[in-house]
Amino acid sequence: MTETVIGILLATLGAGTPLVFAALGELVTEKSGVLNLGVEGMMIVGAVCGFAVAAESGNLWLGVMASVLAGTGMALVFGVLTLTFQSNQVAAGLALTIFGIGLSAYIGLDYTSVALTGIANIHIPVLSDIPVAGPLLFSLDPLLYCSFLMFAAIAYFLYRTKAGLLLRAIGESPESAVSLGYPVIAIRYLAVLFGGAMAGLAGAYLALVYTPLWVEAMTAGRGWIALALVVFATWRPGRVMVGAYLFGGVTIIQFHVQGFGVDIPSQLLSMLPYLATIVVLVLISRDINAIRLNAPASLGKAYHPSV
Amino acid sequence: MIRIEPRPQPSRLMSYLSPLIAVALTLVTGIIFSGLVGMNPLDAFHAFFIAPIDDLYGLGELGVKAAPLMLIAVGLAIGFRSNVWNIGAEGQLTAGAIVGGGLALLFYQVDGVWVLPLMVLGGAVGGMAWASIPALLKTRFNTNEILVSLMLNYVAIFLLSYLVHDPWRDPDGFNFPESRLFSDAAMLPVVLEDTRLHLGSVFALIAVVLGWVFVRKSFVGFQMQVAGLADSAALYAGFRRRRMVWIGLLVGGAMAGIAGLCEVAGPIGQLLPSVSPGYGYAAIIVAFVGRLHPVGILLASLLMSLLYLGGESAQMELGLPSAITGVFQGVLLFYLLAADMFINFRLHVVTPTVGAASGKAAS
Repeated sequence: MTETVIGILLATLGAGTPLVFAALGELVTEKSGVLNLGVEGMMIVGAVCGFAVAAESGNLWLGVMASVLAGTGMALVFGVLTLTFQSNQVAAGLALTIFGIGLSAYIGLDYTSVALTGIANIHIPVLSDIPVAGPLLFSLDPLLYCSFLMFAAIAYFLYRTKAGLLLRAIGESPESAVSLGYPVIAIRYLAVLFGGAMAGLAGAYLALVYTPLWVEAMTAGRGWIALALVVFATWRPGRVMVGAYLFGGVTIIQFHVQGFGVDIPSQLLSMLPYLATIVVLVLISRDINAIRLNAPASLGKAYHPSV
Repeated sequence: MIRIEPRPQPSRLMSYLSPLIAVALTLVTGIIFSGLVGMNPLDAFHAFFIAPIDDLYGLGELGVKAAPLMLIAVGLAIGFRSNVWNIGAEGQLTAGAIVGGGLALLFYQVDGVWVLPLMVLGGAVGGMAWASIPALLKTRFNTNEILVSLMLNYVAIFLLSYLVHDPWRDPDGFNFPESRLFSDAAMLPVVLEDTRLHLGSVFALIAVVLGWVFVRKSFVGFQMQVAGLADSAALYAGFRRRRMVWIGLLVGGAMAGIAGLCEVAGPIGQLLPSVSPGYGYAAIIVAFVGRLHPVGILLASLLMSLLYLGGESAQMELGLPSAITGVFQGVLLFYLLAADMFINFRLHVVTPTVGAASGKAAS
C-alpha cells in the first residue's frame, strides 16, 4: 500500500514539475506587466530542441541547455513584437503558440521514433534510505531539485530584493518607474526572456525526464494550464507550487482510476485536467477583489515611454 | 538617428498596407528558407502557390478550405472587435460537428429535405452551446474567456474521440474509430461540377455579407466597436458589457459550429476523431490579417487556404512536411503584428540639434 501511495506521489511530483517551471516563469513575466500567452509554443519548441540535441549529441545536459536557449529565443520574438513593436500582447502570444506548434512538428519529424534514456535520478546517500521520505524527497531527478531551487530563488528575488521590488513596481505602474529613471522596456525584456527560459526548461522536463520521448503536440495544453495556474495562484509563487502539484495529481489520477476498477472511458478521464482548470479558474475569479488586488495593474497593456 | 514616435492620428493607409507588407515579407522569408534547405526557390514557389490551383479542381479545393476559415473568422472578428477573446473556435467547430453529425447518424437513411437544414441548425446550436460556457462563466464569475474557451477545445476533441471510439462507431467498420458514412440526404450538395466545392462555401459568402451588415449597419455592432476602442466610453454611454460578451461568443460559436458541420457533411462525410486541421486556430490569424473586416477576411481566408493547399502540395512534390504550413501561418501573423506598429507610430529621423542650432546661427 505504502509503495502504491509513494508511487502516486512521485508521479504527481513528476507531472507537476513542467507546470512549476512554466508557471513560475510566466509569473515573473506577468509581474513585470507583460502577459505572454505563448507559453505553450515556447514549451513545445523547448521540448523538441532539447530532445533533438540530446539525441544527436548523446548528452542530456546539452539537451537541457538547448531547451532553455530555444525557449529564450521564442520569448525574444515575443519581446521584439510586444516591447519594441508595441503589438497587442494577446495576439502576439497566440501567434507565438501557433508558430511554435508548427515549428516543433517540423523540427521533430526525424525524432518521432527515437528512444532516449531519460535523465537519471540522484540518490542522495544515507538520506535516500529513510523510509517514505527517502524515495519521496532524496532520490529525485536533478531537474526536480532544480525546480525547488528555482521556486526558492524566485520567491526570494520577488519579495526580498530591491530588484524584485523594482520588477513588481514596473508591473504596477511603468509610468512611475520611468519617471524615476528606470529602463522599463529593458527590464521587461529580461522578464520576458526569463519566462521563455523557464518554459524551455518545462519542455526539457517533458521530453528528457517525464516521457522521455518526442511526440508531436506533446505539451497537450500544459502551457495554457500554466497560464491558468498563475491566475489561480493570484500571482504568488507559493500558491503556484501548490496548484502545480494539484494539477499533477489530477493528471495522475486518470491513470489510476481504471486500476481501482472504475469503468470510465479513457477519453473522458483525459478531459479531467482541462475541466479542473476551468473549475479552479471559476473558483478564484468569482472573487473579483482577489484578482484586482493581486494582478499587476499594468498587465497586458502595451507601454511606450514616449506616449 | 531614427526615433519611433506616435502619430497624431492612426494611419488609415498603413492599416490597409500592413497585411500586404506582411504577406510580402512572408513570401520573402519562404524563398530564403527554401534556398537555405537547398531547394530551388522557384520550384518551391511553384509547388506552394501555383501547382495547387492551376486547374478547376484545385480552385474548388481553395474554396473548400477557405469556407470554414471564412465562416469562423467572420464570427470571431465580431468578438475581437469588442475585445472578447474567443480562442475556442476549434472546440466550437468540434461541438457543431458532433451535434450536426449526430443528427445525421440519428436520421441515417431517412430521406427528407429537412434533414440537412436540421443538421445545419444543429451545428450552429452545438457551437453556440459550447461558446455559451465561457460566456456564462465570464459574465457570472468574471472568468477569463481566453483560458476557458481554450480548455474547452481539448474537452470537445476528447468528447468527439470518445463518441467515435464507442457509442457512435460504425457497426460495420472493422473497429476503426469512425462513424458510419452519412447518407446522401445528409450531405451538402456540390455547387461546382467536377470539384468538391460544396454548399458550405455559399454559407461562408452569406456570412461575409451578414457580418458586414452587422458591423456597419447595426447598433449593436457599433456599440461593440466602441467598447473595443474605448471601454470607458462604452461604459459611460451605458452600453451593456455583458450583452457584448454574450453576442461576441455566441456569434463566434454559431459560425464555428456551422463550419464544423459543413466539414463533416461536406468533404469528410462522416465523423472521425479529428475533423479539422486547426481551422479554429488558423481563423484567428485570418481575422487579424483581414483587419477584423468581413471583406478583408474573405481575402485573408483565400490566402490562408492557399497556405494549407501549398503545404499539402509541397509535401507531395518536394517531400516537405506539411507542418511547414503552421510555421508560415505563425510567421505571417508575426510580420503583420510588427507592421501594424506603423499604424500608430512612425519613424522620425532626428537631425542632431547641435548642428541645427549652429546652422541657424550661420544664416
